[in-house]
Parts: sequence; C-alpha cells; structure tokens
Amino acid sequence: MTTGEKYVTAAYLVLLGAVLLYVALIAMKLSRIERELDELARLARERAGG
Amino acid sequence: MSTSLRNNGAVLLSLLAAALLVAGFALAFFWAPEAQDDPAFRIFYLHVPVALTAYACFGWGGWKALRLLWTRDERYDLESYVAIHMGVIFGLLALVTGSVWARYTWGVWWTWDERQLVLFLVLFLFYSAYFMLRFSTPAGPRRARTSAVYALFGVALIPVSFLAIRLAERYIHPVVLTRDPKIENEMLASFGVCLAGMLTLAGALYLVELAGKRADARLSELRELVA
Amino acid sequence: MTAYLSDVAALARKDLLVELRSRDTVPAMLLFVVGALVVFHFALAEDSSRLASAGMLWIALLFTAQLALVRAFVAERDEAVIDGLLLAPCDRSAIWLGKAISVAAFLALAEAVALPAFALFYEPVTWELIAGVALANIGIAAVGTLLGAMAAAAHTRELLLPLLFLPLAIPLVVGGVGATLAEDPSRYLAFLGLYDLIFAILSWASFEYVVTE
Repeated sequence: MTTGEKYVTAAYLVLLGAVLLYVALIAMKLSRIERELDELARLARERAGG
Repeated sequence: MSTSLRNNGAVLLSLLAAALLVAGFALAFFWAPEAQDDPAFRIFYLHVPVALTAYACFGWGGWKALRLLWTRDERYDLESYVAIHMGVIFGLLALVTGSVWARYTWGVWWTWDERQLVLFLVLFLFYSAYFMLRFSTPAGPRRARTSAVYALFGVALIPVSFLAIRLAERYIHPVVLTRDPKIENEMLASFGVCLAGMLTLAGALYLVELAGKRADARLSELRELVA
Repeated sequence: MTAYLSDVAALARKDLLVELRSRDTVPAMLLFVVGALVVFHFALAEDSSRLASAGMLWIALLFTAQLALVRAFVAERDEAVIDGLLLAPCDRSAIWLGKAISVAAFLALAEAVALPAFALFYEPVTWELIAGVALANIGIAAVGTLLGAMAAAAHTRELLLPLLFLPLAIPLVVGGVGATLAEDPSRYLAFLGLYDLIFAILSWASFEYVVTE
C-alpha cells in the first residue's frame, strides 16, 4: 500500500467510523426508550388492574 | 399511521443510500481513472459529496426555519434543528476528510489556503453557537422563532463568508494558485453517484433522528398522562 | 412613513438620554479601546509590521463593540422595558432600528477616540480606514442588536452574545482589514456595503420574531 492509498483509506474509515458511532448512539437511545416504555406499560397495567 | 409512513421513508432511504454509496465508491475505486498528479485524489469522491451534503442540510434547516416563521407551526422547529444537527455532523466529517487530504497533499493537517476548509471552520463555529443558543434558552415558541432566525442568518452567511474568504486571500496571499484537475466523464459519473448516495444517507439519518426525537416527545407526554 | 421615522427617532433618543444620564457604557468603551490598543503594543513583537497593527485595531474595535451590545439590552431585560416597548403602538422593527442607531452612535464615539489613538501609537489613519470603520459600524450595530435581543432571552446572556456574534463578524474583519491594507480598497468597501445591506434587511425583517413571546 502506498502512502497515498493509506491516506485515502483513512479518510473513508472516518466515514465508516462516524456511521458506526451513530448506530451506537441510536442503540443507546433505543434501549433507553425501551426501558421507559416498560415502565410505562407496568404503570398502565397497575392502573388497569387496580 | 403517519408515523409508520415516515419510518417507511427512513427504511427506503437507508436501503437506497446503502446501494448508491456502495455503487458510488466501487465506481470511484475501480472504474474512474486515476488522477496522475495526486495519488490521494480518491478522497475527492468522499470529501466533496460530504461537504455538499452538509450545505444541503444547512439549506434544508433554513427552509424549515422559514416555514416555521411563516406558518408558526411548531413541528418545523424540531425538523429545522435536526437538519442543522445533521449539517454539523457532515460539516465535521468534511473538516476531518479535508484535513486528511491536506496532510497528504501539503504535508500539514491544516491549511488556510483551502477555501472550502476555512469556510467549514467558520460555519462550524456559527452552528455550534446555534446549539449554545438552543441549550441556554427556555423551550417554547420564542426559542423556536429565535433559533429559526439564527438558522436563516446561517443561510445568508454561507455565500457572504465564501466571498469574504476569497477576498481575504487577496491581502494574505497575492498570488493565487488554482490547480484545476481535468475532470473526465467517468469521474463525473462516479462523483454523481457518490453525491446522490451521501444525500440519501443524510436524508435517512435525518428521518431516523427525527423519529427518535418524536418518540422521546411522545414518551414524556405519555408519562405525564399515566403518572 | 413619517410616523415610523418619528417612532425610530424617539426610541433612539430614549437610549441616548439614558446613556447621557447614567454614563454607564460609553466611558467603559473608551477606556477599553484605549487599553486594548496599549496591550497590543506589548503583545506585538518589536519589529512587527503595519499589517499586524491594522489587524489589532480591528480586533480592538470588534471587542469594544461587544461591550455596547451586551449593555444594549440590560435595562430592557432587568427593568422589563422591553414589555413596555412591545405594548407601544409602533412597528416592532422600529424598536430594532432605534436600538441599532443608538448602538452605532456609541460605537462612533468609541471610534472617534480609537482612531486618533491608533494614529498616535501606531500608523497614520487613512480615508479608506475611516470609510471602512464607518461601514463596519453599520454592520456591527445591525447584526449585533438583533443578536443582543436573542441573547437577552437566554440565561447565559453575556456569555452567549460573543459566541453568536464572532462567526458573523468574520466578514466584517475581512472587509475592514482589506480596506485598511489592500491595494484596491474599493473592493473591500463594496463588500462591507453588501454585508450591511444583506444583514440589515434580514435583521430588520426578523426582529419581531425574536422579541415577541
């Protein structure tokens, strides 16, 4: 691999890294939303039961 | 129902972005001819689409801001904010990829000679201040309108700053070197596919982020109803 | 039209009168700009060029302007003057224009001290420099007044204003330094005029959205 190719690869890896980082952030957000939904579902069930 | 339709848009755009980006990068690497004088020229197919996509996001955010001021419909506030958020992310990517290119071509990580890079730095400062403005103002219609006005200023600032950076070169460096690589048809076609891919990627990310933010808002609404 | 102009005149006069009575802002600006020019002598290397000193002058003017902009909405916010102004039967943009005129007047006073001080300490002042300062003055007052109103609604007011203002002030610095140094200053003066035109119209049209609840 020449130096030029190395720099090209690095630049494209930056994009890949950014997209993967975004996936991680969305995953975190999703798990938080899931947690909150669980809690809300539990509250709603209690409300319906009692 | 409307929510699920919007999310279908995100799915469609993601698939399209994946296809276009894979095709575009493949064309750029295996079909488009090598530039003789610049072995790192293939960063062009990444850097320039990313930069143009950032402008498109800022423009889209400005358009949503205009719609907000026009109709006073609050949903445009979130749309404008998310679009600018995407613009800043793509702007940062443009700065990093441009920096890598500069490192290879000129041997430095930063050069004030590259107009586009300087412009992105100015815009990055400007839109970072946009976030500061949003985070330090109490939420409500006034914040929505203030942010919208600032976003519109950004749209006006882009051409003005571009002109300013061109003018600044004249007194800093009287000699302007323009290196104009000959663009061939294969290059142009590959570039077009990459640009379309990057724009759809931004569109998909925009819709995903918007759906997430809306889900958050609905959740806190529900929480108030149930608790 | 005449009613609009007399509203603007009344609003500008109000700010100038308040300043004349309290003398809060302008003396601080004068002291700051002279102090900045003195500090720059020590910041610049012994043999630095006239190019550097011209740049320093523009930085001093820019930061002095921020003092006026931060102060411009203090009474409006703390004494709730802005609520009264918004209730007044005048166009909202007249409030912006009156405020911008008073800010420009304060700035002109600061520059009337800064330019002779610059001529005394560093380089002679040219007509191009004076024209550039006058044009930049309009741009600073126009944009800065709007941003000041924006920042007044935030809870980090004084902190926020420079962040909002500096990226928008970069073209003004380019035009100003170019007008001071370049071979063909007319190009830079025209650029400053263009900036003033674009951002004055934008600020004039959008002020109402920023101040109303």
